[in-house]
Amino acid sequence: MRLNKILKNTLLVLTACLVLSACATKKEVATDVQGQMQGDVYTGTDTVEYLADGVPDRVFFATNESILTTASRETLRAQAAWLRKNPNINVVLEGHADERGTREYNLALGERRANAAKDYLMTYGISSDRITVLSYGKERPVDSGSNPLAWSKNRRSVTVKAN
Amino acid sequence: MTKKILILLFILIPINANALIEVDITRGNLNPLPLAVSPLSIDEESRKGFEKILKKENIGSEISNIVENNLRTSGLFNPLDKKAFLQAPDIANLKPRFEDWNLIKAQALITGKVNYVDDKLRVEFRLWDVLAAKEMMALAFTTVPNNWRRVGHIISDKVYERLTGEKGYFDTRIIYVSEEGPKTQRIKKLAIMDQDGANNKFLTLGNELVLTPRFNPASQMVTYLSYFKNMPRVYLLDIETGTQEVVGDFPGMTFAPRFSPDGKKIIMSFAKDGKSDIYTMDLENRIVEKITNHPSIDTSPSYSPDGKYITFNSDRSGYQQIYVMKNDGSDVKRISFGNGLYGTPVWSPRGDLIAFTKLHKGKFYIGVMRTDGSGERLLTENYYQEAPSWSPNGRVLIFYRETKTNSKGEGFSAKLWSIDLTGYNERQIKTPTDASDPSWSSLLSN
Repeated sequence: MRLNKILKNTLLVLTACLVLSACATKKEVATDVQGQMQGDVYTGTDTVEYLADGVPDRVFFATNESILTTASRETLRAQAAWLRKNPNINVVLEGHADERGTREYNLALGERRANAAKDYLMTYGISSDRITVLSYGKERPVDSGSNPLAWSKNRRSVTVKAN
Repeated sequence: MTKKILILLFILIPINANALIEVDITRGNLNPLPLAVSPLSIDEESRKGFEKILKKENIGSEISNIVENNLRTSGLFNPLDKKAFLQAPDIANLKPRFEDWNLIKAQALITGKVNYVDDKLRVEFRLWDVLAAKEMMALAFTTVPNNWRRVGHIISDKVYERLTGEKGYFDTRIIYVSEEGPKTQRIKKLAIMDQDGANNKFLTLGNELVLTPRFNPASQMVTYLSYFKNMPRVYLLDIETGTQEVVGDFPGMTFAPRFSPDGKKIIMSFAKDGKSDIYTMDLENRIVEKITNHPSIDTSPSYSPDGKYITFNSDRSGYQQIYVMKNDGSDVKRISFGNGLYGTPVWSPRGDLIAFTKLHKGKFYIGVMRTDGSGERLLTENYYQEAPSWSPNGRVLIFYRETKTNSKGEGFSAKLWSIDLTGYNERQIKTPTDASDPSWSSLLSN
């Protein structure tokens, strides 16, 4: 597991070096190295866990935003399908913000993000009785880094089984 | 408004030989006033008496150390090295030989005496104007020996008030959130300490996440956010008895609580369906009122000291900005119009300013503006800092600051800092653990 991560990082660094030597501008390097963000929304799978096969547990947001991206809507449709198949399962939607905002505003922003996910699940037939919203604001980052990639992983709504 | 330091100065230019110096404490004071804090004198019998109870070898020196430390950290005074003092404490307190104090360039002198009387601590102290060669103030009081640190703070407040014309802020406490553990899994506890960092105590055990504690005006109650049973709710805590209760019965997250200036209400945000609005709850009759009603995020409310207005931040314009409204929610006006995002507005206890956090181009600032939004002044810039809280005299702001982590995500810390309204005298306040969300109490003695 750990070795895996180290290897992965080494590979990343190696590609970075290769790309760096090949590319003319710095900007291209940045997008190539990461390849894990679109705009500033996280598109990678590093931190993602799965509720079931093909059902990712989280969606990601742009800075200060609570709009669902196309990929997020796809994830939430998969979650809704899984919830319909498992009518006894209830969920908590945990909304989070990155560390680059004031604490109280971020609590509200986390709530707004989790509600965006909740609304979408509800339009796909999931009863609000089965969904609880819980905001953590910036209190529970998954990545402790102080960089745009880490922040993008932390701006998220995570669907967690409640029972 | 502008109070002056009322001390006759040793003047080099003969023309001004009879002029009074005016030191404006509303501006940065780069030449703190040199003064001598003589150790409080103590007779042998009293010394032994206190040593037995308080385990301090010389309580007179200990108290004067507190005074000296307070006056130094205010940035307005420069306490001189005791080694240079020529006169013994007991004689100085009777009748200072002003030439001696003048010689070491002290402009003011504090002397005093401590006695052990009927199991009580009796303290008298005097403030002298060295150049005018006269007594400016003399006070005596008696208290239980365990209050000795507070005695030092009260003396500091009296001296500060006499010399600047404004109330001090030394006999006060800070409530804050103690932080430990990795950034992704912080353990947070409520903690309380004296303004100078002494007497630190933890008020919760760290079993649940707690945030944003704030004192009531009497500084006996605290309102804060707790994730008890994983339900973020505003709570009320009685510091002396330790009793806690949920504030109100809201079907969802309540947060960002503060007391009204009369202590009778709690103002806070309630989040529902992606919207956060501001509510108040009367602590006597439990009546809940909705103050704002807008599909945006309205949070971080703070009352004006007369209770007539409320400042808060809202993203109703698209981004987080600061607003002011009447206490019934009417007449909402945006007051922040500079570049960047504005949050955490807090009304000054003097009523004339609002302190805030600003985010602009990836930097965080603590600043102040007038209550109509004019006269914005940024006091300090950093990677991350927020949540200013005013000293009770409105001269100093305390806030917290977080560090950037390295590429491995290491090196995170959160610390309390203070800065004068002037933008000078920035200093870290030492805490036993990492710390955030500080709230300054009112003056405990008047």
